[in-house]
Amino acid sequence: MGARYFGAAVRRREDPRFLRGEGRFVDDVTLPGLLHAACVRSPHAHARIRSIDAAPARAMPGVAAVFTHADLARWLKPLPLFGAAPPGLAAAVRFDVRQAPQLALCKDVVRHVGEIVAMVVADSRARAEDAAEAVAVEWEPLTALTDMVAAGEAGAPLLYPEWGTNVAVGFSHAIGDAERALAAADVVVEETFRIQRYVGMPLETRGVVAQWDRRDGTLTTWNSTQVSHFVQQGLVAALELPPHKIRVIAPDLGGGFGTKASGYPEDVLVPLAARALHRPVKWIEDRREHMMAAAHARHQTHTIRLGARRDGTIVGLADRIWLDLGAYNVWGIVLPYNTVAHLIGPYRIRDMTVDVKGVVTNKTPNAPYRGAGRPETVFAMDRAVDCLARRLGVDPADLRRKNYIRTDELPWDFGMPYRDGNPLVYDSGDFPAALESALAAAGYDAFRREQPALRARGLWRGIGISGYVEGTAIGPFEGAHVTVDLTGRVRVATGAVSSGQGHETSFAQVAADALGVPLDWITVVGGDTAAVPFGVGTFASRSGVTAGNSIADAARQVRAKLVAAAAALLEAAPDDVDIEDGKAFVRGAPASAVDLGAVVQASIPTFARPGVATPDFEASAYHHVPTVTYASAVHVAQVEVDPGTGAVRLLGYVVAHDCGKVINPTIVEGQVHGGVAQGVGGALFEEMVYDAEGQLLTGTLMDYLVPSATDLPRIETVHLEFPSPRNPLGMKGLGEGGAISPPAAIANAIDDALAPLGVRVTETPASPARVLALIETRRP
Amino acid sequence: MKPAPFEYFDPRTVDEAVALLETHGDDAKVLAGGQSLVPMLALRVARPAVVIDVNRVAGLDGLRQDGATLSVGALVRQRALERWAPERAPLLGTAIRHVGHAAIRARGTVAGSIAHADPASELPALLLCLDGSVVARSRRGTRTIAASEFFQGPLTTALAADELVTETRWTLPPAHAGWGFREMARRQGDFALVGVAAVVTIARGVVASARVVIFGAAPTPLRARETERALTGQAATATVLADAAQRATAGLDAVSDIHAPAAYRVSVTRTLAARALADAAARARETA
Repeated sequence: MGARYFGAAVRRREDPRFLRGEGRFVDDVTLPGLLHAACVRSPHAHARIRSIDAAPARAMPGVAAVFTHADLARWLKPLPLFGAAPPGLAAAVRFDVRQAPQLALCKDVVRHVGEIVAMVVADSRARAEDAAEAVAVEWEPLTALTDMVAAGEAGAPLLYPEWGTNVAVGFSHAIGDAERALAAADVVVEETFRIQRYVGMPLETRGVVAQWDRRDGTLTTWNSTQVSHFVQQGLVAALELPPHKIRVIAPDLGGGFGTKASGYPEDVLVPLAARALHRPVKWIEDRREHMMAAAHARHQTHTIRLGARRDGTIVGLADRIWLDLGAYNVWGIVLPYNTVAHLIGPYRIRDMTVDVKGVVTNKTPNAPYRGAGRPETVFAMDRAVDCLARRLGVDPADLRRKNYIRTDELPWDFGMPYRDGNPLVYDSGDFPAALESALAAAGYDAFRREQPALRARGLWRGIGISGYVEGTAIGPFEGAHVTVDLTGRVRVATGAVSSGQGHETSFAQVAADALGVPLDWITVVGGDTAAVPFGVGTFASRSGVTAGNSIADAARQVRAKLVAAAAALLEAAPDDVDIEDGKAFVRGAPASAVDLGAVVQASIPTFARPGVATPDFEASAYHHVPTVTYASAVHVAQVEVDPGTGAVRLLGYVVAHDCGKVINPTIVEGQVHGGVAQGVGGALFEEMVYDAEGQLLTGTLMDYLVPSATDLPRIETVHLEFPSPRNPLGMKGLGEGGAISPPAAIANAIDDALAPLGVRVTETPASPARVLALIETRRP
Repeated sequence: MKPAPFEYFDPRTVDEAVALLETHGDDAKVLAGGQSLVPMLALRVARPAVVIDVNRVAGLDGLRQDGATLSVGALVRQRALERWAPERAPLLGTAIRHVGHAAIRARGTVAGSIAHADPASELPALLLCLDGSVVARSRRGTRTIAASEFFQGPLTTALAADELVTETRWTLPPAHAGWGFREMARRQGDFALVGVAAVVTIARGVVASARVVIFGAAPTPLRARETERALTGQAATATVLADAAQRATAGLDAVSDIHAPAAYRVSVTRTLAARALADAAARARETA
């Protein structure tokens, strides 16, 4: 099998339809008799429902139904919760975990602005919204918790009185003896860093369409989700139907980023409404709903201490970490432990102690978003390293050179588990090489030589570095099913949903090579539960590795069946038959070549003869990954700070990264660019702001600032390819990486630009107001 | 995000439009480019019982220069002014590119932005800086409201409920005047955190006249009168300009929001005033 497509910069096959406006997103699904849903949402952060009067709304024109908890109580089961510690992890770390069940329609107490208390279904969305305003809810406001640190203290008002605390995930963990190491260190820096609440913000909001077929009792639902099989499982429980009676289709998605990987109330409410009304129902989340009710993310506080010897050798690390989890703690230990497992990153540190408090507050529930704890923890660590460099009077690049783990030290065993419970052991990569190639591409040495002259001319320019090592492609598997049709053309189905990553291209490249057929013979179907029975979904930088290896496996099985049939047809031994470019042939006898369609057709019985082989040219694979594989990168940002306004302009950005074997470098670069854009958002622009009463102040995209093209610099990508030994294709996950390091790299660059003032960026986003305030603390 | 129900009218003449305004007055909103009104309707922040769409009203699309006076009909899109201005009114031509994005300017009207009176938007500040006025029609007659009287508070103007803006008028600076425009926004196209527009004329090295307007910092665009006084009659030296810029915040009651506290706006007002005045002085000398 030759690698004809794997590694090639094949043009994205899905782009023509997107560029022509012919994508089919969930809102493009229209059905005869379609009804439209709108939600009645809590205006309070924390309140008890005294009563709901839906009668006036039910009487309004066009209204088909209004559902409250009382109307659907029989069918409303707690929404799914995630993030229990797997056995290997639970054995090593003593977690104190509390999670609260949430109902799709709130029964008695709301715990964040935007929580759903009723759903209105009408003949148009406008009429549904009119009626939603007419649903009268009598509220009894309760005290809102908005400060994660204060809420985590003993004596704070309680979100769940039965818990006796607001700490939903508490644990301490240590490797080595950090306190002894810090006590023996020549230098210890300590700082508190705050990473704001910022979110995935896909261009396409969420949405659900559901159609109930009363003839055979089946439900079909289109859902803008990253995890269609997971939505199916939720509906199995809610509708009390077997999985094969529920088809979940994720159509084209306009971004996911983790925001669309949670289980949501509407996933269940829209199908319940469709079944109750015997009419198809559509709900499309509007941007205001998205801001207040789709999963939020980030939001941590770190008080970190980092110790070193005078020669720059880092000896120990201690970190107190608070995470604002929003209400309910939907994701269990995922974010808190991800944060801990990625704190050390590329540094050679054997002594670490952490104390972690994941705290519930009256805000929208937090969920993993592109990076999922890594951008926050890398911010704390790489900011602390730069503080240490300044204290020691050494260049931040040199401090990293001294402390990055070298290739001769791999595999590097932390002596603690990863989040999946398996040992945290770096499998491959070259962190010093990533550092050197990023510095070279950024012209680091030349910039350092030029910087004093720039300062003398009044140009406040700085350069900042951040690196990470990321556990990617969490298992346990992804499903793939490969089928060859009567003409030899191929359908590849997988549970992995493409939310813009280009699966229709990259997975076709993998399958085409494994089968020996032209790329354009292949159709890739993702996220349709009818196409593959078991699947997991796209998140955690996992689809390339998990689905890619399953697709290769299934395609090889099918190829073996085609070879066997072709051998029968060509009257040759299977070992002598090969397939290339869609033709089977006897090696050394090119004239024997027959089209794969002819092989399939010869296998199908006719009135005259049986087939040459069983016409079974399909196969499934569920490749199991032993544990995550470690991708890594070093980012270098260059900025200019306007000392009069505090404005930060990005002058350049370099990413030197290793994601193992690359299927398609164009797609990889696109992923890196998108991730960096979101990281720049976190560094400079984006913040979900709540007031002290838990009211969301950033309710629109005029207040919540996503960077646009004019806010981004040219991004230079350096590909380093260190194959992973942990999967046959040698790949590592890539999706999230770009978003991890920008906040740290950019904040380091700002500090560097302002170095003569000796100020520290301790909080993101580094908005003009914050940066100017820092500058003004040092002005006479 | 669908608007609450409203009654919709699309008059074809100014007389029909003002008759509708007389009838519906406070219950009505006038729809022109819709770049502010439509999002407010969708968010149900604005809930007018009546929307009067003036896009089909005849005779409101004129863009005419008569000597130093530029008359801009109420339906002239921002993009049209943007195309007209660069050679003839470079301050306007530069500033208008800060209004939203090209797609917004293609639809948004000059008069609509002024009637909407967002304190952080550029065109109201420019109207004040260029000694402009608003022509308003009602069944009661036509009146001209000076920009200095027009802006009364955030989204609040001197326009009566039955009045329709038919035109805005601008006084174009003489060719030898220098100008400066500086704006600090979070992103390209966002509303200003702070902006400063300045027009300065210099004769024989002495500032003959100065108009300096601050926007984004306070509930309305404001003349920086202390700055103007400190400049007028003085030699246009770097020291005088810098000192005058420091006075831009005299009496300024700056606003705070999630993007910047008042103290930031005060500090940056001085910074941008200094830069805008330096630009204006440099340009004035170039063309004097």
